[in-house]
Amino acid sequence: MLRLTTKHLFWLKLLFHLIGLLPIAYLVWSVMMGRAGGDPVQHIIHFTGIGALNALVATLLISPVAKTFKLGLLIQTRRLVGLYVFAYASLHILAFFSLDLLFAWHLLLSEVMKRPYILVGATAYVLLTALSITSLKSVMRKMGRHWQTLHNGVYLIAILGPIHFYWSVKSEIIEPSLYILGFCLLLLWRVPTWYRKKRILPKSLEKGQVIKQTAITRSANEVVKG
Amino acid sequence: MAKHSRFTQGILKRPRWHISEQHSTPEAVFKARRQIVKALGLGAIGASIPGYVQAGLFDLFGEQPKQRFITTPLSFSVNAGFGQNEVQTPLDKVTTHNNFYEFGTSKQDPFENAQGFKTSPWQIRIEGEVERPMTLDISELIKRFPLEERIYRLRCVEAWSMVIPWVGFSLAALLKSVGVTSKGKYVAFETAFDPEQMPGQRNRLMGGGIHYPYVEGLRMDEAMNELTLLSVGLYGKTLPPQNGAPLRLVVPWKYGFKSIKSIVRIQVMEKQPPTSWNQLAPHEYGFYANVNPAVDHPRWSQASERRIGAGGLFSATRIDTQPFNGYGEFVASLYDGMDLRQYY
Repeated sequence: MLRLTTKHLFWLKLLFHLIGLLPIAYLVWSVMMGRAGGDPVQHIIHFTGIGALNALVATLLISPVAKTFKLGLLIQTRRLVGLYVFAYASLHILAFFSLDLLFAWHLLLSEVMKRPYILVGATAYVLLTALSITSLKSVMRKMGRHWQTLHNGVYLIAILGPIHFYWSVKSEIIEPSLYILGFCLLLLWRVPTWYRKKRILPKSLEKGQVIKQTAITRSANEVVKG
Repeated sequence: MAKHSRFTQGILKRPRWHISEQHSTPEAVFKARRQIVKALGLGAIGASIPGYVQAGLFDLFGEQPKQRFITTPLSFSVNAGFGQNEVQTPLDKVTTHNNFYEFGTSKQDPFENAQGFKTSPWQIRIEGEVERPMTLDISELIKRFPLEERIYRLRCVEAWSMVIPWVGFSLAALLKSVGVTSKGKYVAFETAFDPEQMPGQRNRLMGGGIHYPYVEGLRMDEAMNELTLLSVGLYGKTLPPQNGAPLRLVVPWKYGFKSIKSIVRIQVMEKQPPTSWNQLAPHEYGFYANVNPAVDHPRWSQASERRIGAGGLFSATRIDTQPFNGYGEFVASLYDGMDLRQYY
């Protein structure tokens, strides 16, 4: 069984940085080599947007993987990966604003207000910015339990992001649909935990009852089997 | 008088829409310019260096350098009647930034996937409400109608635009030669259906969910308008497949998706034919699809556009979109009395 030590963690973080940075290097290379088409603007916007979604998938995968494979230390890479979501989303918006809108502020504001899919994306980005700023350890300590409440916002981003993608395409809906499905699975995986936290933890006294019920269910199953 | 002079060439007096030579940059100058950029090796990030030039590099990454489709020079006269005083989009951008979902939905997919496309033999069927239906080989078609070059703006519904010197002949000439019957009210077009050669037609992920073959249509007066061109080439040579070889439509006052590519069938009809994008999303893409800055697409403001010009990634300009893409004086009368918000 694989065991994660702090030494492993260092190399794992380094690996995650590489995985985060290599696509950007590839993008720059492909644009410079003309591999991104005659007018790479839409390609760059799409590439960085997909990059942000991929990093978000990775962020949301960390906790299920850590739990399933009992790799507690893995959780410590989550902030790093989450900040790559912010980095890619920032590049995505920067590319849209600089390369497509050519720094037309009035157009940026009117487009955000007029196009629902951009408004959805912009909402996700504002939230993402808040999460990134508050990801500093000192801020985290100051915020206390509000920190977790705010950072639950990542689940909202996981809903808004793929909707923004789905809404933005002309007809090629299969890829965005796959992302919607993927995020649904990542969120659904968490439902039992939320349910337990909400229903059981505040009434910890009832814990025993639940165990009893489980035992009854188990014996019932055995009866059926028998 | 002025109206007739549109058709004439090489006359003493230039009509006001006539492009003056100092405003139109010859291809050679563009090529020279690109040579300089390449020689400097700076690349002006992006767009400046076409991929195929660097094909040798791809070997490092295990990719085979692709053999390019071979285009051949055409003989034609120059009809500068519709040219504009605008810088032309260089050939390598025109041929590497394409919407041709039959070859993939990314802008660079058609260039990458269409190079082996076979355009010979290629037959075009003209039928329906015509007196003399016929099937012609593309070579016969080119022989039958004298070719001319026209510089047109191309405006994509995604709010980018190019300026392209097309070579072709007017659709009106073809329709006149087959004789439209009194029942002929619309003209329908159909793209080749060949999933073996067009990966987007066999794979929904690549083909963007469009129901193939791609179909388009025009009202008869639009089809007979002098601007409506059947193009067989650009920049003096035959069309590359990603641009719709061997025969495509060019309707410069409409969004690019009306300009159907790789045509195999032209059918004159009594009723309005279905069109591919309208079938897919009728609330976003109408039958008319006239360029109209006052009517937004749900996802793109149509008030302005990004002109893809000659420079690098950061040299594009944003310009105001003109009604009918600037061709209002030739076509606005076609829509007299029509509410273009309703008939978008």
